[in-house]
Amino acid sequence: MTEETTIQRRSGGRTAAKMALVAVGMFGFGFAMVPAYQVFCEVTGFNGFVSNEASAGPGDMEYDPDRKVTVEFVATVNGSQPWTFRPKQSRMEVTPGELYTAYFVAENQYEGSTVSQIIPSVAPGTAGRHFKKTECFCFTEQRFAGSEQRKMPVTFFVDPALPERNQTVTLSYTLFDIRDGDLPEYDEEAAELHAGAPQSAD
Amino acid sequence: MTATTHDTHDAHHHGPPPGFFKRWLFTTNHKDLGVLYMVFGLLMFFIGGAMAMVIRAELFQPGLNLVDPHFFNQMTTMHALVMIFGAVMPAFTGLANWLIPVQIGAPDMALPRINNWAFWLLPAGFVLLLATLFLPGGAPAGGWTMYPPLVLQLGDSFPFLILAVHILGISSIMGSINIVATILNMRAPGMTLMKMPMFVWAWLITAFLIVAVMPVLAGAVTMLLTDQYFGTSFFSAAGGGDPVMFQHIFWFFGHPEVYILILPAFGIVSAIIPTFARKPLFGYSSMVYATASIAFLSFIVWGHHMFTVGMPLAGQLFFMYATMLVAVPTGVKIFNWMATMWQGSMTFETPMLFSIAFVLLFTIGGLSGVMLALAPVDLQYHDTYFVVAHFHYVLVTGAVFSIMAAVYFWLPKWTGHMYDEKLGKWHFWLSTISVNVLFFPQHFLGLAGMPRRIPDYAVQFAEFNMISSIGGFVFGLAQLLFVYIIVKCVRGGQKASSGVWEGAKGLEWTLPSPAPYHTFETPPAVK
Amino acid sequence: MNQNKLTRLFVASTAALAMLFSAGAAAESDWRRPWGVNLPEGVTSLSQVAYSMHMLTFWIVTVIGVAVFAGVFFSVWKYRKSQGAKPATWHHSTTVEIVWTAVPFLILLGIAVPATQAMIKMEDTSGYEMTVKVTGYQWMWEYEYLDEGIHFYSRLDRDSDRARQRNPEIRPRDVEHYLLNVDNPLVVPVNTKIRFLLTANDVIHSWWVPELGWKKDTIPGFVNEAWAEIQEPGTYRGQCAELCGRDHAFMPIVVVAKTEEDYEAWVAEQQEEVNGDVAVDDDDLSDMEMDDLMALGEDVYDNQCMACHQAGGEGMGDMFPALAGSDKVLGDRDEYKSILLDGVSGTTMQSFASLSNQELAGVLTYVRNAWGNDDDGGDVFQPADVEDAR
Repeated sequence: MTEETTIQRRSGGRTAAKMALVAVGMFGFGFAMVPAYQVFCEVTGFNGFVSNEASAGPGDMEYDPDRKVTVEFVATVNGSQPWTFRPKQSRMEVTPGELYTAYFVAENQYEGSTVSQIIPSVAPGTAGRHFKKTECFCFTEQRFAGSEQRKMPVTFFVDPALPERNQTVTLSYTLFDIRDGDLPEYDEEAAELHAGAPQSAD
Repeated sequence: MTATTHDTHDAHHHGPPPGFFKRWLFTTNHKDLGVLYMVFGLLMFFIGGAMAMVIRAELFQPGLNLVDPHFFNQMTTMHALVMIFGAVMPAFTGLANWLIPVQIGAPDMALPRINNWAFWLLPAGFVLLLATLFLPGGAPAGGWTMYPPLVLQLGDSFPFLILAVHILGISSIMGSINIVATILNMRAPGMTLMKMPMFVWAWLITAFLIVAVMPVLAGAVTMLLTDQYFGTSFFSAAGGGDPVMFQHIFWFFGHPEVYILILPAFGIVSAIIPTFARKPLFGYSSMVYATASIAFLSFIVWGHHMFTVGMPLAGQLFFMYATMLVAVPTGVKIFNWMATMWQGSMTFETPMLFSIAFVLLFTIGGLSGVMLALAPVDLQYHDTYFVVAHFHYVLVTGAVFSIMAAVYFWLPKWTGHMYDEKLGKWHFWLSTISVNVLFFPQHFLGLAGMPRRIPDYAVQFAEFNMISSIGGFVFGLAQLLFVYIIVKCVRGGQKASSGVWEGAKGLEWTLPSPAPYHTFETPPAVK
Repeated sequence: MNQNKLTRLFVASTAALAMLFSAGAAAESDWRRPWGVNLPEGVTSLSQVAYSMHMLTFWIVTVIGVAVFAGVFFSVWKYRKSQGAKPATWHHSTTVEIVWTAVPFLILLGIAVPATQAMIKMEDTSGYEMTVKVTGYQWMWEYEYLDEGIHFYSRLDRDSDRARQRNPEIRPRDVEHYLLNVDNPLVVPVNTKIRFLLTANDVIHSWWVPELGWKKDTIPGFVNEAWAEIQEPGTYRGQCAELCGRDHAFMPIVVVAKTEEDYEAWVAEQQEEVNGDVAVDDDDLSDMEMDDLMALGEDVYDNQCMACHQAGGEGMGDMFPALAGSDKVLGDRDEYKSILLDGVSGTTMQSFASLSNQELAGVLTYVRNAWGNDDDGGDVFQPADVEDAR
């Protein structure tokens, strides 16, 4: 400025620069909340976070063979797309620590071929991290031929660390038709990760 | 309206540059910019208010009487955005611009050019935002909270909304950096931090909040933008994202934002009550600490906006406890204002009336806030008119009343004339009575089960809605009187002395009224 | 106006308000009637916990509020310059400040204990006896009974829908339960712990019935859970509580709680209907009569299309084009069919391919012939035409 403000007590430039840095940092912080939130959810099971990646099998994990937990299965189709999608079984009694396979059936009611991505969610949210899938149709996108109906397996076990108060765990799948949109980056990485994993097929 | 203060500073030896555009477009003078901010805020107050009138008119009776539900949603969304970012924040920034330098004995703001820039971004941002009303699909209609996936259905107005939010964010960040730089560097010798007027303190803390959280909002809306156009899936479950994460990021900004809208009000009331009680502010240092603790707590309570999204128990309990804690420093402030009045010698000019109404009605808003903090009952209150009543008590009878109090309090200093006290009292009583008629019944509506953001409602809610709408129309009309009083005062009136008020204390009252264009070029001595 | 008069007016008006507040909240009136002022006590243990927490906090904050009002009014009355009050000079008292920091803190602690207990209870879904899956749609609800194999959609009832149009044929006040009634209510048994699984199809909604004591967001891609055990048979009404687009206000929730026996009977009836369901059979491609097509089509139109394209097909603004006199509707048959089957990308017109061939044939015929669209006389679409276009 001109002589009008020459009698400044101190120039504010330094403070302003520092504050601008804070602002830039907080902009970054907003983005950092994304991975931080994911890690946080993974650790705490916040908001029904379920890993969409394959776990190792239960191995020789110690468990109580008499304990029973109910696993419920539900399926939802997202958007008004011509699909049917439902679990083959509405519930199973499982022993935490043992491997099970459940089946879901999806049908593409389009004439043409299409691609879907199926996303898992678990209720109660805190049980999510104790629900482990060793093999799942949800790990990668699923291609469907026109009018194709397909039975798809998910192989899972419930971690014996599941708290005693959880007598029921609900596994919910939502099917998204992603035919038109490009596959998000996130999925392709996940797909690569699990390229070796056996894929569902009828 | 911008021309109205034109001739008031000319008496001084080097006044403002001649020529309307030269003066107002390129001005770097803190007083000019303060005036610009406040006039802009007033204009937006009426635009946002007109939207509120549409809302209340539609809700006057059950049935879809005037507007389409889609347009109604545009009104609720735009009303919030215009009032928050266009009216209240600019009005506070205007007060800060005008008052902080004269209250700390500085010749101007630390960064005068940035000051000019920060202001002129605002009209640009609002032209973008308001222009969406004329787009084929209309203005944003997904709520000011912009929750995905709904916000991604907006259509053409979506990119305008995002860009406008960015511009408004940059404007307020620049304004705030300037305020921090001014307060930390430009104080007159002897003006230690703990001698600063409460308004300066409140704004220092508010400015830190703005710099900390506005960029987070910018980040959140940037993610919305890339989700919509660049194939990312931060908030889309299909790509491994989570729509609830947006709510976390948004409210990490949003809750401090609520305090950004109220802390400067605390500062204003802390200046006015001691003046008219003729007694020093009770517990100055505890006021400072209470303000700082409220600001700190605002960062860890965001989850109370999200009790219904399905957070695990531990999260809900944490956010419930943290939120309840906010009541403690807020209570301290209320009690301190009461103690300031106790054994004072009070007179009741318009600024004092607005301040007393602020203390009482803000208390109602604060107490319903305590009720809302309780997670098990919030599952009933959430997203109902009870919440609408709560935050309008905080933001209208809180923030807006404090701004009106401030205008009446400092108007003689700005214009050199006393405002019309009789009309001021009329304005106060009309506003105070109608605002309660407007918002008090909304508590009942919410408790009886009326959700917010609906253009039409079940017949059982008809009576309270009609009363509320009548209150709304009267409140809206009463504000025309406010403008008339300001214009009248700018144009003339009884000469104001330099002290203006009998009990006024502080550097600004040592200046003549109206204050010269340049002040404190030589630092005053502060004892 | 002189100061005294003003102050008296201020005291009187604010005191009247305070009284209204406490009187209102204390009144045990039926909240569903006009002038209902308080939270319903509800019919589940959770709603009763919420209610008692609400009343407890309400009285605590009322007492604090009255104390603050009284303190301010006393000062305003006593310490006024016009009465010759001389200002004191004190401005600090550590003791007093500690007291009014500590006392609110202790009060809050007192409220936090029952609130915590209530939260723990709310989150505990164990021991449930049945599961209902709730899916939010723009703008209706879908209910699925996990074990009973019952599944249906629940939309705003026909009368409310007619009354909520601009310039309606019937007035809202003439509709019983205006905006709080649906075609298919959720039917549940009393004295049964019901677990709700909540998710959404498109955007976030929130499922709320005040008398059950809670609302819970339904989030696309995610599943939430909640529970209720209804104590009394009756009809309980609620609404979507999260802004979900244009018709957010028009997707009510109705829960009908029946005694166990009545519920069993209802289930049996539903299952019979599902098994014997021949009303609309997708494989039946035989031709239908024009009148049947028009009747079915009007039904489908009212449920699926009217919200956007309006009752008379006049559309609404640029987003929702008019169907009456539309070139697209009256133009090429295949193009017209494909709009319904595939939707129109980049607009809010979605694909309706999930409807049956008969329903689509009906609505295609109806729209092509309604509202003076029938210039070339009875242009009919048969189920087989729709099947061809799929």
